Amino acid sequence: MAHQTAPSSFKNPLIRWVDDRLPIFTLMYKEYSVFPTPRNFNYLWNFGALALFMLVTMIATGVFLAMQYTPNTDLAFGSVEHIMRDVNYGWLLRYVHANGSSMFFFAVYIHIFRGLYYGSYKRPRELLWMIGVLIYLLMVATAFMGYTLPWGQMSFWGATVITNLLGALPVIGKSITTWLWGGFAVGNPTLNRFFALHYLLPFIIAAVVFLHVWALHVTGSNNPLGVEPKSEKDTLPFHPYYTMKDMFGLTVFLIIYALIVFYAPNYLGDPDNYIKANPMQTPAHIVPEWYLLPYYAILRSVPNKLIGVLLMFGAILTLFLLPWLDTSKVRSAKFRPWYQWCFWFFVLACIDLGVVGAHEPAGIWILLGRVGSIYYFAFFWILMPLLGWFEKPLPLPASISEPVLGGGKLSGSAIAAKPMEKA
Amino acid sequence: MVDATHQGGHGDDSEQTRREFLFLAAGAVGAVATAGAAWSLVDSMNPAADTLALSTTEINVAPIQEGMGVTVLWRGKPVFVRHRTAKEIEEAQNVKLTDLLDPETDQARVQKAPWLVLIGVCTHLGCVPLGNKPTDERGDWGGYRCPCHGSQYDTSGRVRRGPAPKNLEVPPYKFISDTTVRVG
Repeated sequence: MAHQTAPSSFKNPLIRWVDDRLPIFTLMYKEYSVFPTPRNFNYLWNFGALALFMLVTMIATGVFLAMQYTPNTDLAFGSVEHIMRDVNYGWLLRYVHANGSSMFFFAVYIHIFRGLYYGSYKRPRELLWMIGVLIYLLMVATAFMGYTLPWGQMSFWGATVITNLLGALPVIGKSITTWLWGGFAVGNPTLNRFFALHYLLPFIIAAVVFLHVWALHVTGSNNPLGVEPKSEKDTLPFHPYYTMKDMFGLTVFLIIYALIVFYAPNYLGDPDNYIKANPMQTPAHIVPEWYLLPYYAILRSVPNKLIGVLLMFGAILTLFLLPWLDTSKVRSAKFRPWYQWCFWFFVLACIDLGVVGAHEPAGIWILLGRVGSIYYFAFFWILMPLLGWFEKPLPLPASISEPVLGGGKLSGSAIAAKPMEKA
Repeated sequence: MVDATHQGGHGDDSEQTRREFLFLAAGAVGAVATAGAAWSLVDSMNPAADTLALSTTEINVAPIQEGMGVTVLWRGKPVFVRHRTAKEIEEAQNVKLTDLLDPETDQARVQKAPWLVLIGVCTHLGCVPLGNKPTDERGDWGGYRCPCHGSQYDTSGRVRRGPAPKNLEVPPYKFISDTTVRVG
């Protein structure tokens, strides 16, 4: 499997012919074969590739589902059942697509939290981070619209509740809601346009992902130490090390995905969505899919409609500003003991908000929701700026390879201690 | 080009073949999995179960007089049911097979001689031939004539002049009584 080809020429004449006119092969070789990648990646660095795999899977299954689906309020629910019962492998396409949404968000959340922990959003990767947040925003919009398409009870009422939020905006609120609905309530015009947009946005996402990867390749990847590669000793060629590692990670990911699709395909969903939408009757509990629950909790944490909406959007928009909110000169949480604590409390807060989002805002859940929301915003707006000033970071290694290859200490012992400390 | 610094204990060759084997095996499994996934996408475009579900149509032929025919919709296509006259039956039966573009005996194409049941779709490019209505021109062989490109069929629905290559298709049908035909 040894490629003896120099970057500018390939042995195969057909490949050379194409490459001379449009250097896609040279590009792939430079960017995904020999590309110098930090040698100390852990498995948290797998998740970007997994997210890309999910985007492709969702588009593929989505296009074939769209061949059988009818975006009309009278026919939509029936067309989904037609897919499940009559279309060859329709049940598989539907379950892969619906659960794929959860897997996509799962991969992206881990990917984001990796960035938060290791300071991947810091200079010079600020724009990379912001492009990533844009991708996330587009994903949320796509998922929201996609969920309305089966036109079940939860589809209809989730759409009603969330689109009604825009009514909170002063002066223009009502006109905007009417405009969005194409009518006086969620109805056929709404469903039709949501279908059109749901088909469109993933291709926009793909284009933004292209920019995301391009930005990444300009700066190079971050790594668990947060210390930029200084020499060849710090990096490995992407192929075969990370192609193979990513394939292994993908296999594990696919096993989990397959377990869900084949053995528990409705576990993550809401049974109410197997009931046709009824504008005359609201279900007892309106709940979004799990990946949107934290925002639902933030929304309901204050009794004021407008402030709830602003906080909900603010939670995502805060992410855009993160590179400037964090004042610390040290990238990786590995060397920031106080930040580590704050980070894990943040993870706890997000889980807390998720659980709160699934419950009715009553009793203990109100308190838990407010505590979670307060910590969420405090983490970004208070802790991040202050920690940079007051935290004393641990000493950074001279380079990625130095703790392992160089120095007087036995290889491994100095760095081995750190992961234990981290707890 | 990276020299994977592998301290091969057993010598490069056995490591190389082991690696080659692993790549081949993993690659083969991956290829099968990808093909399977791709097949589920492609096959989903094939007719769904409800389309395939054997749709049947029952036709009451009692009101159809000799020399008349009806056209019935079946599986999205027109079906000609014609009550042939004695002359038409005779013409259909007394034809030399060598004269036919697509040789088939009349007996092979009808269950009861007076009743002709055909799918009314020209075997050339799919137009509906004329001839089932009394006002239609029936062509030189007294059967059907396709207005699109001029194909002509005889009183048994067999092609006599092209560009159509095959005889009009006979759908699966059954007489469930003397006066009722079930198609499909």
